[in-house]
Amino acid sequence: MKLDAKIPGGPIAQKWDRHRFELKLVNPANKRKYEIIVVGTGLAGGSASASLAELGYNVKTFCIQDSPRRAHSIAAQGGINASKNYQNDGDSDWRLFYDTVKGGDFRAREANVYRLAQLSGNIIDQCVAQGVPFAREYGGQLANRSFGGAQVSRTFYARGQTGQQLLLGAYSALSRQIAAGKVKMFPRREMLDVVVVDGKARGIIARNLVTGEIEKYAADAVVLSTGGYGNVFFLSTNAMASNVTAAYRAYKRGALFANPCFTQIHPTCIPVHGTYQSKLTLMSESLRNDGRVWVPKKTGDRRPPSQIPESERDYYLENKYPSFGNLVPRDVASRNAKEQCDMKKGVGETGLAVYLDFADAIKRDGKDVIAKKYGNLFQMYEKITAQNPYETPMMIYPAVHYTMGGLWVDYNLMSTIDGLFVLGEANFSDHGANRLGASALMQGLADGYFIIPYTIGGYLAANSKKEISSDHPAFRESSAGVESGASKLLSIKGKRTVDDFHRQLGNILWEYCGMSRNDEGLKKAVKLIQELRGEFWENVLVPGSEKDLNQSLEKAGRVADFLEFGELMVMDALSRRESCGGHFNEAFQTEENEAKRDDDNFCHVSAWEYTGEGKEPALHKEQLVFENVKLTQRSYK
Amino acid sequence: MTKTLNLTLKVWRQKGPDSRGRLETYNSANISTDMSFLEMIDVVNEQLTVEGKEPIAFDHDCREGICGMCGSVVNGRPHGPEKGTTLCQLHMRHFSDGDTIVIEPWRSKAFKIIKDLVVDRSALDKIIQAGGYVSVNTGGAPDSNAIPVPQDTAEKAMDAAACIGCGACVAACPNASAMLFTGAKISQLALLPQGKPEAANRAIEMVRRMDELGFGNCTNERECEAECPKEISIVNIARMNREFFKAAFLSDVK
Repeated sequence: MKLDAKIPGGPIAQKWDRHRFELKLVNPANKRKYEIIVVGTGLAGGSASASLAELGYNVKTFCIQDSPRRAHSIAAQGGINASKNYQNDGDSDWRLFYDTVKGGDFRAREANVYRLAQLSGNIIDQCVAQGVPFAREYGGQLANRSFGGAQVSRTFYARGQTGQQLLLGAYSALSRQIAAGKVKMFPRREMLDVVVVDGKARGIIARNLVTGEIEKYAADAVVLSTGGYGNVFFLSTNAMASNVTAAYRAYKRGALFANPCFTQIHPTCIPVHGTYQSKLTLMSESLRNDGRVWVPKKTGDRRPPSQIPESERDYYLENKYPSFGNLVPRDVASRNAKEQCDMKKGVGETGLAVYLDFADAIKRDGKDVIAKKYGNLFQMYEKITAQNPYETPMMIYPAVHYTMGGLWVDYNLMSTIDGLFVLGEANFSDHGANRLGASALMQGLADGYFIIPYTIGGYLAANSKKEISSDHPAFRESSAGVESGASKLLSIKGKRTVDDFHRQLGNILWEYCGMSRNDEGLKKAVKLIQELRGEFWENVLVPGSEKDLNQSLEKAGRVADFLEFGELMVMDALSRRESCGGHFNEAFQTEENEAKRDDDNFCHVSAWEYTGEGKEPALHKEQLVFENVKLTQRSYK
Repeated sequence: MTKTLNLTLKVWRQKGPDSRGRLETYNSANISTDMSFLEMIDVVNEQLTVEGKEPIAFDHDCREGICGMCGSVVNGRPHGPEKGTTLCQLHMRHFSDGDTIVIEPWRSKAFKIIKDLVVDRSALDKIIQAGGYVSVNTGGAPDSNAIPVPQDTAEKAMDAAACIGCGACVAACPNASAMLFTGAKISQLALLPQGKPEAANRAIEMVRRMDELGFGNCTNERECEAECPKEISIVNIARMNREFFKAAFLSDVK
């Protein structure tokens, strides 16, 4: 298979304009004849559903939660980037593009990232028009703050709830289309298969999570916006229901999976405190605007932070990276936190934490100013830890947060299955090996509001319309497969619960395929995952019935996919003989312990093709061509 | 400091919307005070599963207090005893060893019980669909700084917009009224210049829809405000009423 990214020709700044002109159009009267399925209602899926319906398409939208307003985009805290240059500090599309490519350690596709930067301003315009209450200056203009990996202030925000407000904006646009009858909304549905007919995606199989019924839906194109796979690690900042199933089942139907080993470990999360823990909570990166990260200089110093004098503290990020200081990109900040803890300088009960201290900021700006910026985050921290961050430094530690890898898509956001488009975190396209803060919201909304409405039209217009019904044999075959999968899980009646397996899988991946990796560990992980998967299919205990609301069965299906997908992740990590961004193989590092890329041999996207049950997946490479930025060793010093 | 608790739970179990439900008693032992309330239920569910029983069905997702998916009535109070806290952010350190905890679903005519603690809150979506938006299509929006919004207006709008749509206000209200929820959305959009063109229509339509869906009226009990995990103020109900009367008397919207 030859991967063609279909990147338009011409200078980078004109590619998108040119492409929009070259894409064929569907005339307004004909749009009404097309059915489009959108799976997921986060920023990407919500905005895509609304925008496609506004254009006149008939949209069927599915979400796993009880309402489209709850998708996990809602939990994004800090903000959304845009190259508006409202601060007059030298920002531009070019700079946002450059920062994103560099932040991603030169493993993203130039043309996609440039388009993202170009569209970033439109997103803010659109959201403000919808009534998103962004933070404002006294004069009524929009306020900005800084985020990691950038030296300009380009992040727009709504307190610490930016994701919530943007999602509710997209949800309101979606609600308007539901009321208009252009979107038919299917909540509490889980997509369990993509139906492919004559090489084209023509529908999905979904489980009705209330009745347990397996339902079939046909369409002219399918859009997946089903988020990332961070929950493969069991503990992550993702919502409990976030999973890889939709993407993985698409992979099994022929969509290539790109760069699965590129996972983001976010530096500022509340540390793990017990084995019963179900999830980790992020503390927004925006806190690093004012918080200073430090550890005691002495190893094993158990004194409370207030008793450690200034001279005995190591502000290691500020010392090591004077120009970016506490605002280095996430992968760099996380690795450094781990390094300090590995040197036994970690703090707290477990020694797996570093301080994030606001004392200087409070002294400088006053408590009120800090409370206004971060009040809700401080409150959340206090609720979870019963400590007051106004008085004592926060304790933070890295946690799995985002996955840059995802289904491979071309410039049109179409996967290797014709008619199957993938948006947002579920695709791989824009963040390379590390995503910068406040860029996920930007990408989700760019994909949904401003890219898919054009590119899906290009696809539909270029292909002759063929009617299909959900009685087609391909639908029956798919749904029979899904049904037998569920019955099999219920019939095992073993001894260990689904969560028990999931937790063990997570431990394996965190240990061997987490912040830092080595060949020995990765090889061990493959073996451990295979053994665990074998045991799962013999010893899992799933109570209840398939004809009912059965949350254990839902989880079991997701964990079954994680158990296969985890191995793919590890294989991808093994095959990439370099370090870059979030993928850090100890064998490939600079003298200063930074990720060392191998641009001669690994300047490519690794896209994996499913070749059948129990068979090794096939690796395809998309060569990344950099015409506009120079490949350099990232430096934030 | 971390310690452990032994608790007695009385949990509402109901097979389906039309079955009869009842409170079942479970013992919950060795619960760490650092656990969240939902993690405590996870532990009970793991135990039930291993014993061959069906675990308790309950809605939850983000577990960081923002998605609005979780929520049960704990000892008679939506989201439990802590002010301004969703159930997922309620930690067991707020309970004492030996406590008996009663856990029930939201109860309201408009929220049908689906199973155990899971209820159908789609009525809240329907209220939003009646007008909780600005009618602007994608594309063609003016530059975002073209219309300045005074900072305190933006802050007030944000106060209202912080609603997570969990339904605790309805569960708390003796009349099962959804006025805090509806008022919050009407307020957010009525305050901002972008929402003003449709303000009259929005107020009339959303209030009408709310009434049709079987929610009760406001009789100033203020339970909603007291139990709202995001501490949304009933000022928003007052603003909704003003918007509604303004629309009814001064606009052409019927």
